Amino acid sequence: MSTKIEEKPETETEADEQTSPGEQRRELKRERAAEREQQIQEELSEAEETVGIKVFRFDPEVADKEEPRFDSFTVPFFRGMSVLDALVYARDTYDSSLTFRHSCRQAVCGSDALFINGRQRLACKTQVSDLEWPIRIEPLPHQDVVKDLVVDMEHFYEQMHAVEPFFDPDETPDGELEEQRQTPENREKVKLSTRCIWCGACMSSCNIAAGDNEYLGPAAINKAYRFAMDEREGEDRKQERLRIVEQEHGVWRCQTQFSCTEVCPKDIPLTEHIQELKREAVKSNLKFW
Amino acid sequence: MYEHDVIVVGAGGAGLRAAIEAHEEGADVALVTKLHPVRSHTGAAEGGINAALHEKDSWDLHAYDTMKGSDYLGDAPAIDAFAKEARHEVIQLEHWGMPFSREEDGTVSQRPFGGLSHPRTTYAGAETGHHLLHTMYEQVVKRGIEVYDEWFVTRLAVTDESNPSDRTCHGCVAYEIATGELSGFYARDGVILATGGLGQAFDHTTNAIACTGDGQAMAYRAGAPMEDMEFVQFHPTTLPSTGVLISEGVRGEGGILYNDNEERLMYEYGYANNDGELASRDVVSRAELTEVNEGRGIEDEYVHLDMRHLGEERIIDRLENILHLAEDFEGVDGLDEPMPVKPGQHYQMGGTEVDEYGHSCVDGLYAVGECACYSLHGANRLGGNALPELLVFGARAGRHAAGAVEEEPEIPTGPGAKSDDWDEESPAELGAVDATDPIAADGGAVATPQEVLEQAVETERERVETLMERDGINHADVRAKVQKTMTENVNVFREESNLKQALKDIREAREEYQNVAVADPSRTYNTDLIHTIETRNVIDVAEAIALGALARKEFRGAHWRKQYQERRDDEYLKHTLYAWNGGNPELYYKPVILEGHEEKYEPKVRSY
Ligand SMILES: Cc1cc2nc3c(=O)[nH]c(=O)nc-3n(C[C@H](O)[C@H](O)[C@H](O)COP(=O)(O)OP(=O)(O)OC[C@H]3O[C@@H](n4cnc5c(N)ncnc54)[C@H](O)[C@@H]3O)c2cc1C
Ligand code: SF4
Ligand code: FES
Repeated sequence: MSTKIEEKPETETEADEQTSPGEQRRELKRERAAEREQQIQEELSEAEETVGIKVFRFDPEVADKEEPRFDSFTVPFFRGMSVLDALVYARDTYDSSLTFRHSCRQAVCGSDALFINGRQRLACKTQVSDLEWPIRIEPLPHQDVVKDLVVDMEHFYEQMHAVEPFFDPDETPDGELEEQRQTPENREKVKLSTRCIWCGACMSSCNIAAGDNEYLGPAAINKAYRFAMDEREGEDRKQERLRIVEQEHGVWRCQTQFSCTEVCPKDIPLTEHIQELKREAVKSNLKFW
Repeated sequence: MYEHDVIVVGAGGAGLRAAIEAHEEGADVALVTKLHPVRSHTGAAEGGINAALHEKDSWDLHAYDTMKGSDYLGDAPAIDAFAKEARHEVIQLEHWGMPFSREEDGTVSQRPFGGLSHPRTTYAGAETGHHLLHTMYEQVVKRGIEVYDEWFVTRLAVTDESNPSDRTCHGCVAYEIATGELSGFYARDGVILATGGLGQAFDHTTNAIACTGDGQAMAYRAGAPMEDMEFVQFHPTTLPSTGVLISEGVRGEGGILYNDNEERLMYEYGYANNDGELASRDVVSRAELTEVNEGRGIEDEYVHLDMRHLGEERIIDRLENILHLAEDFEGVDGLDEPMPVKPGQHYQMGGTEVDEYGHSCVDGLYAVGECACYSLHGANRLGGNALPELLVFGARAGRHAAGAVEEEPEIPTGPGAKSDDWDEESPAELGAVDATDPIAADGGAVATPQEVLEQAVETERERVETLMERDGINHADVRAKVQKTMTENVNVFREESNLKQALKDIREAREEYQNVAVADPSRTYNTDLIHTIETRNVIDVAEAIALGALARKEFRGAHWRKQYQERRDDEYLKHTLYAWNGGNPELYYKPVILEGHEEKYEPKVRSY
């Protein structure tokens, strides 16, 4: 489908003599809307199947969106289609104000953790064919909604930062091109914990986090685990890290409900990591008494 | 207005590295980024980071391989600095905690990669980029460097003397996505652009949705030309529905490509009788497209990559992550059925013209990472050379902006470097549609940096208001038009008539862009507005790619021309520059620098 602009606004004056640029734009918009309508009809009738999505809408600033509501969209289905594809189609075809975060489309940027058919999932990593239709898409529960599917991630980031999330060895080798040694076994031990993409799905799924706003949450504790278990950091640093996670709103809050582990799109054994840190904390406390 | 010594725009690998280095040199530095740092596309890189760490290896071999890979369109000062400094950068990354894959003795593993004379690719499982990005963000947190995340930079604040080399960059204008606030960011010592790739100029790409060429386009409009834009790397095995990359590893382990007749196409049609599926990326990409064009593609779109014959055990052992990718993003079980694949845009070799410190011709304006062109990759990038580039040049630019470099650069930039003009006619009009398209500040009349900044903010405020208040068409239509023509006409096959068609379509898109409007009336998280502004950047970079490709009548690296099947060193051993020139763009050339400190590189045939 291609449309040539018949009347090019060559220069201001020329355009003024006929119709104003504003009118031309509106005219073009109407043309486009008509074409689009036709195109949608074609795409929908060509598609072997269509899928319905029901999307949560809210915008504190826009009159008819101040009250949260659900909008339904019908989207042509194709093999390999992800929930993110369906959202993008709905936005680009029906309503350009439909708002959600997304970027990589391949489960590495962690932007699009959403509440899809009642469960925290990455929209890009969730195949439409694996779900019951119509698909219900909501923002992550237990987080403030900014607009539509976008939630405020600030609190999540604060918790991540609270565990001193950076590598901090006692010393590094002197040789200019000399690396620290790490056994393949130790690397294997921290491997899964390093996969976190900061999507926030785990935190959103956690009852404890919902009730205790100061709870560090599974992702932050896992981040602490990633460093505490890395043999390249010294023993003293490890003890400091254990002190951080065993504070009042740390590991002991976890009641091993496994909801975080279930929803984590990177398959990180979060509950196990939390449990292991509990054991380590006990061990180290015994040592100091 | 916000104020810092150094402002880094973009927080992928390149931006984070630049910020850390400027901070180490004592500068007050801030990162301004449209995505939270960990959401940057550096996180998608799988393969690895090249550095000559091994005793038997040496940096000059790495430099030599890079120059050869570039098809002699790299500049020796950039390549030499890169190969030398990559070693220290990779070790430093290890000291910062990067979870590299290890040997039994605890040292960092290195594996072979295409085009390298020595196994020198370090990696962290199949998620090297993810680990690099997170490790570096951790160091930013450790240093308490200020991050303005979800702030979208729309414009640079640059003085507007007529010669870009006389201009100064004093900062940028950014839009806070959550609130709709537009603000000036005054940079006392420099702005470093690190905005990444431009895959969104194509409709099928391994790049993220956010890779829209913003930095290249903003710098271009501010006076720093785009260089060697025609060199675009396509990857032959990407999943058709998303562009997710299926790594070379599958073919390395013995995966086979089949067409719709279930013929092993690489041999059956003689695309690569020696190397078969292991031929270089561009050869395989062209083979696949030829199959589709000649009616032997599956669903007229893709071919099959089959690994089933390798057996379940071997697949799970070596290629497990591929199984997940195919399953999650294409709904295909690689153990059970072949995987659909087709070529996709992957990496942009060209970018904002800068010297070997990342400095452009505009004083105080830097560019690093995929958005920059210091002429490291030349006509073709070697796998595993982009990630170390982020580190080496991020650090160099950070140091330079913080005032800690005394050496003079050897790579010349700006109009003064011009050697010859392109003396043909463009098939379509180029550049600005009309004079109201905002260009620079205001005829050199503005005096202080603050005034330059205030004016830039005012221009952007008007632009945003116009887009929000008027009625018009959806930018998505315009963007789709550009993407479609780029994918059809400026892909791995380049023919004169197609390139001309692309330029006409891009012109049409640019004219239509005059009529776009933002339908979402909200100031809160208005992604409609963000994407609309990005689309103009997409148009600028697409034009540069298509015109550069039309002008270059030879086959070099990733740039293939149907009528010109030879590399023509007598005529084209030179870089393409594309300058905005106040809205009347100009294409010209400057010479390649093959003279290194240690040796002079002699162009050889690039065959692998
Ligand atoms: C799938 C894939 C695999 C790859 N594998 C490898 C590999 O194995 N080895 C290798 O060496 N290379 C690889 N590459 C290439 C390499 O990963 C990229 O070239 C590199 O990561 C780009 O980094 P960057 O920092 O320049 O940009 P990005 O990481 O893309 O970061 C860009 C940043 O700029 C910000 N930004 C953009 N526009 C604006 C704006 N207007 N305002 C504010 N902020 C903005 C974004 O928020 C982001 O933070 C791969 C690339 C892809 C796509
Ligand atoms: S631990 Fe898993 S669910 Fe939680 S933020 Fe990280 S990737 Fe997301
Ligand atoms: S879009 Fe990046 S994780 Fe889904």
